[in-house]
Amino acid sequence: MAILNAGGLAEDLFNDVSIGNELPSEGTLIVSLDQWREHRDELISRTEPIGVCLKSDEKPDEIAADLEYFAVIALEFPTFRDGRPYSYARLLRERYGYTGELRAVGDVLLEQLHFMHRVGFDAFSIADDDAVRAWEIAAADVSVWYQPTSDGRASVMELRHGRR
Amino acid sequence: MYRYDEFDTRLVQERVEQFRRQTGRRLNGEMNEDQFLPLRLMNGVYLQLHAYMLRINVPYGAMRSRQIRQLAHIARTYDKGYGHFTTRQNMQFNWIQLKDVANAQADLAEVEMHCIQSSGNCIRNTTSDQYAGVAKDEIEDPRVYCEIIRQWSTLHPEFSYLPRKFKIAVTGSPNDRAAVALHDIGLRMHLNKNGEPGFEVLVGGGQGRTPFVAKTIRDWLPPEHLLSYLEAILRVYNLDGRRDNKWKARIKILVHQTGTKEFRRLVDTEWDKIRDSALKLPQAEIDRINAYFAPPDYESLDDAGETIAAWRADNANFDAWVRANVAEHKIPGYSIVNISLKSANQPPGDMTAAQMDAFADLADEYSFGELRVNHRQNLVLADVEQLRLRELWEKLRALDLATPNIGRVSDMIVCPGLDYCSLANARSIPIAEEINKRFSDMDRVHDIGELTINISGCMNACGHHHVGHIGILGVDKRGKEFYQFTLGGSSDQTASLGDRTGPGFPADKAVDAVETILNTYIEIRNDGECFLDTYRRAGLAPFKEALYGNP
Repeated sequence: MAILNAGGLAEDLFNDVSIGNELPSEGTLIVSLDQWREHRDELISRTEPIGVCLKSDEKPDEIAADLEYFAVIALEFPTFRDGRPYSYARLLRERYGYTGELRAVGDVLLEQLHFMHRVGFDAFSIADDDAVRAWEIAAADVSVWYQPTSDGRASVMELRHGRR
Repeated sequence: MYRYDEFDTRLVQERVEQFRRQTGRRLNGEMNEDQFLPLRLMNGVYLQLHAYMLRINVPYGAMRSRQIRQLAHIARTYDKGYGHFTTRQNMQFNWIQLKDVANAQADLAEVEMHCIQSSGNCIRNTTSDQYAGVAKDEIEDPRVYCEIIRQWSTLHPEFSYLPRKFKIAVTGSPNDRAAVALHDIGLRMHLNKNGEPGFEVLVGGGQGRTPFVAKTIRDWLPPEHLLSYLEAILRVYNLDGRRDNKWKARIKILVHQTGTKEFRRLVDTEWDKIRDSALKLPQAEIDRINAYFAPPDYESLDDAGETIAAWRADNANFDAWVRANVAEHKIPGYSIVNISLKSANQPPGDMTAAQMDAFADLADEYSFGELRVNHRQNLVLADVEQLRLRELWEKLRALDLATPNIGRVSDMIVCPGLDYCSLANARSIPIAEEINKRFSDMDRVHDIGELTINISGCMNACGHHHVGHIGILGVDKRGKEFYQFTLGGSSDQTASLGDRTGPGFPADKAVDAVETILNTYIEIRNDGECFLDTYRRAGLAPFKEALYGNP
């Protein structure tokens, strides 16, 4: 599946092996938390960029000390109703200072893109035939934000009191 | 009252158009019902037994006359000519069609109202004290903080897919009229040792099938930290709340299973990291919102107690109404008027479009154009001159809005029950009608005195039966409706859950059981004791014996 990001639709350069048991000996991989723990030193010694995928019951503090090694962190929505990854994304961006690609994978739907972007996701694995158009619609839906997050959008409070 | 600025207005208008598009995608089949469900819920559209229901937020229960006029318009244009006020101070329309929802929401946006997050697993409308701003015992006006919470919680990107729904209530008075201890978060204002106002924070209250009274996790929170502290609680809940079982997903279960002490530690650890973030409330914002709630232009009046007393002596019906429905105001010469929506002629909480329009006129004429809804499904005119009480009463009588039963036996909280709701096991409204009929003699009603009867048609407890002085729960027993009783519940500052009396009663014996309970109370009460006092003194035994006999 292609990846939707700030540049539009892009080819996914990563091979997600997090659901399999086998860890390929080379390639640009996204691994599971278990694979990362088991093969951490060996994976760090490789030259290709590496990513990790956290299931919705794996909290980001598990990898907080290793963020420098990841080019991609993928957070999985097993169903769009599971809202934990929204908090994980904010923690990764705002608390742990992660600046690499933060990718939403799993049950990622058009109607949730805007909230995902607000909490820090910047790449989406979305099963929409016309994902670019979908993103344009979702991004244009709302232009007022009450809550301060780290997404760079000015909150209403900041605008009201002339702080932005 | 609060007025939208350009930001609030734009957000609500954009949201209407967004949902219009989403509804279109559903109606033309681009989206399936499973994908549409959380979107329609977060826009207030619920699927009931017979039709869609639209739930409209009345933020902290406060409305202007033009807003209730717009509700009347919606009732006439898109529904069957009436609406239903809920225990969360909102209004529901039970017969709306999906194709009309976007238009109804656009009409609401015109009067600064919306349905955002009135359903779904998100932060719902914040509720409050219907006497806010006029209560004698108030420390500060809670509506200011309710409005701040309303804005913070609206389209919160992190907390829109919580494990379950989330309800916050705020009171600025020590006498709790907002049932804050029965909410996911309750905020109760106190003065600290230095005389500064702040919030006691209660967490994990709720009813449903596993009821809990909330626990205090912070004795005093400075208002400037309100949002960061709420965000810390919500984050702990979003991360750790159970998602494996819908019936164990509310924060009350997390607090119970984690333990209050450990839960407090988790919240404090999180709060420590965000308390001085951008969420810290600037005093300028508190002041800005506070200015909207400045008192109206009160006349300088003397207390009219003597005139009122003479009128009461002169007219027994007026006397009964003043006794039950009129409350003390903090400004001399003014009174708070409660309007009962529990007349014998309408289901509890229902109001016709014609009543809404006429009531809007009364709000304009007698109460600075404002009104409130309370969590017991009644209305309030908060600022009525005492010398105009009698003429207001005459006009309310003409509208069937002067039933003198506030806080009395027939002032029941009643869920829609099996007449409307797809979750219900039994009907609630016919039981309420029968109680109303049986207790129509006002002398008897006033002799029984202060009493709350709450009725739910299933264990989800939308009718708040756990906290009724007398609670009635409808259950299904092999295809037949049975009604179980709890006694001694309360939702005020002494909040408690009722105790079950024993086996339930069939529908045709349920109201006999109410009579038995009340006759027992009258028999054993001491002078000046209300039902709850007597129950708390005498316990379950005498009532049990009267209901089931001696084993």
